[in-house]
Amino acid sequence: MISLAGRDVVHAWGKFVFTGVGLGLLIGVTLTMAGVYRGMVDDARVLLNNSSADLWVVQKDTLGPYAEASSLNDDVYRSILGMRGVARAANVTYLTMQVRQGSRDVRAMVVGIVTGEPGAPANLVAGRQITRSHYEAVADVASGFKLGQQIRIRRNDYHVVGLTRRMVSSGGDPMVFIPLKDAQEAQFLKDNDAIINQRNRTSINPAFNQQSVLNAVLDSQTSNPYVNAVLVQIRPGFSAEDVAQPIRQWKRLQVYTRVQMEEILVAKLIATSSRQIAMFLVILAIVSAAIVAFIIYTLTMGKIREIAVLKLIGTRNSTIASMIMQQAVGLGVIGFFVGKVAATLWAPMFPKYVLLLPGDALRGLMITAIICVLASILAIRAALKVDPAEAIGG
Amino acid sequence: MQSKGILIENMRKRYGSGDTAVDALKDVNMQVNPGEVVGLIGPSGSGKSTLLKCLGAVIEPSAGTMTLGGEIIYQDGWIIKDLRALRRDKIGFVFQAPYLIPFLDVTDNVALLPMLAGYSNIESRKRAVELLEALDVAHRASAMPSQLSGGEQQRVSIARALVNRPPVILADEPTAPLDSERALAVIRILNQMAGQFDTAIIVVTHDEKIIPTFKRIYHIRDGRTDEEAGEGRPFE
Ligand SMILES: Nc1ncnc2c1ncn2[C@@H]1O[C@H](COP(=O)(O)OP(=O)(O)OP(=O)(O)O)[C@@H](O)[C@H]1O
Ligand SMILES: [Mg+2]
Repeated sequence: MISLAGRDVVHAWGKFVFTGVGLGLLIGVTLTMAGVYRGMVDDARVLLNNSSADLWVVQKDTLGPYAEASSLNDDVYRSILGMRGVARAANVTYLTMQVRQGSRDVRAMVVGIVTGEPGAPANLVAGRQITRSHYEAVADVASGFKLGQQIRIRRNDYHVVGLTRRMVSSGGDPMVFIPLKDAQEAQFLKDNDAIINQRNRTSINPAFNQQSVLNAVLDSQTSNPYVNAVLVQIRPGFSAEDVAQPIRQWKRLQVYTRVQMEEILVAKLIATSSRQIAMFLVILAIVSAAIVAFIIYTLTMGKIREIAVLKLIGTRNSTIASMIMQQAVGLGVIGFFVGKVAATLWAPMFPKYVLLLPGDALRGLMITAIICVLASILAIRAALKVDPAEAIGG
Repeated sequence: MQSKGILIENMRKRYGSGDTAVDALKDVNMQVNPGEVVGLIGPSGSGKSTLLKCLGAVIEPSAGTMTLGGEIIYQDGWIIKDLRALRRDKIGFVFQAPYLIPFLDVTDNVALLPMLAGYSNIESRKRAVELLEALDVAHRASAMPSQLSGGEQQRVSIARALVNRPPVILADEPTAPLDSERALAVIRILNQMAGQFDTAIIVVTHDEKIIPTFKRIYHIRDGRTDEEAGEGRPFE
């Protein structure tokens, strides 16, 4: 027996290829949407990995530095360092702000770090780590900043000495690392005018009428003893929970392990985005199904006469049904490969990381096949209803 | 007596029931011998298509007896249950238009029938080519139907009707779209094939060009058949 479906496709290849390409672009969009979600999750993992921390110590009752504001005194880390099982502990600050380079502003997450301590970027793709205690920066390549450029954060200029890759916040903003002290100051400093205004207001306030009190107050207004989190590395042989427990208990601080942090980033921060993407995927699946159903139905309706003749000369219903289904699945397969190639080609052009997992592609192929089979049901029903008597006519 | 060709006795067909019932066939009696081509003529609405559909086993008669190729297939109900196989093996169809499958080449349009009957692709194509040769279209064997002339297409459709060597061929207005010369060529071929393959052939027609060629004609009026002698004029 010859393949009726195959012969029909070869005969009407133009129709199939054009429809397949159209469907393929749609499938490409679908795979890309899945990739965008995978990219967000992966960005979160990379962010956590590169901070080389095992525990995140944050203000009590907050979700930690990536999810909500957290503020700790900057001497907390010293007492944590003295606790059992702690290898290293370091302050970090996070602040999302505009960073100016030349005439353009880049929205970035400015991270205050201590070089060599947890929180500092583990791997650089170019340049070197921050070695001076002021005015040096390591930026993510996604910011567009180049080695050697001057960037302005608040009132100070920083020299870009190193570059990282894939260090972005959960919102997708590139990270810019600067020395902790600078970052604390940047976080605290308002613009010049605001500071002058505040000083003036404080000086004329009769409550501070003693010079020594006034000086102390003014001093406190220009320095910032707070950080957003303390990142902890634990000694080999200790479990994260063993070390976290006493910190929670004695320091009245919130401590998250790596697993919990990932849970917060993925489940809480990305949750809405992922529901958004899931909604898109559902709509795209329905649209693809509708397109396949419509095309296969139209192609089948165009062959009603031939189907009546085939039935009259003794072709089984199952042969005719499988002809239609094979064509639908064939269309899906063409579409899938076009989509896979398209997604692979355009994924790197997206501003945020798009991660195309082979597993997602496989799932996509399976869903496409199922959709095509379902979509062909309408056409098959119509074909099976065709009366062989129609071939004889009136 | 059992005929190897076609034997129809007292066949009736009623469409619908009750007030709206239509008695399309009231009393049809026909006999066509193997190797014979008979004409079936009648005015519009007389029941020609209905008779052809009953013979072609695509609608069920209401009563009577129908024998094809020496086998009783209907006697007040289908005797043979697998009508699909019956159509495939016992009946060849030739239509007004060739109705070839547009996505199969000429050979496979013909070879499809033996393939459906379970023959291998090679055997099926061998049979197809034999018939294409007999019908003088073998030189177009690998063309697509759309590349053939109308007359060539009709010859391919005759080859398709014959390829499973059915005892019966039903031709529904096979010459309607053809000019006089081509119409006569089709009739000549049908006569030739009837003789060569011992096939009983019924040709339903309105076509004045070919009616004089039949030796025997069944006239159907208001669902009843009369047999008449035809002119039997030569068609060469
Ligand atoms: N499916 C049907 N249901 C009800 N009545 C039908 C049906 N098919 C045909 N008839 C009726 O049966 C009668 C015979 O119809 P049939 O189609 O067999 O005529 P015909 O001889 O082929 O006519 P024509 O030369 O116009 O094609 C007509 O009165 C027609 O209206
Ligand atoms: Mg008719």
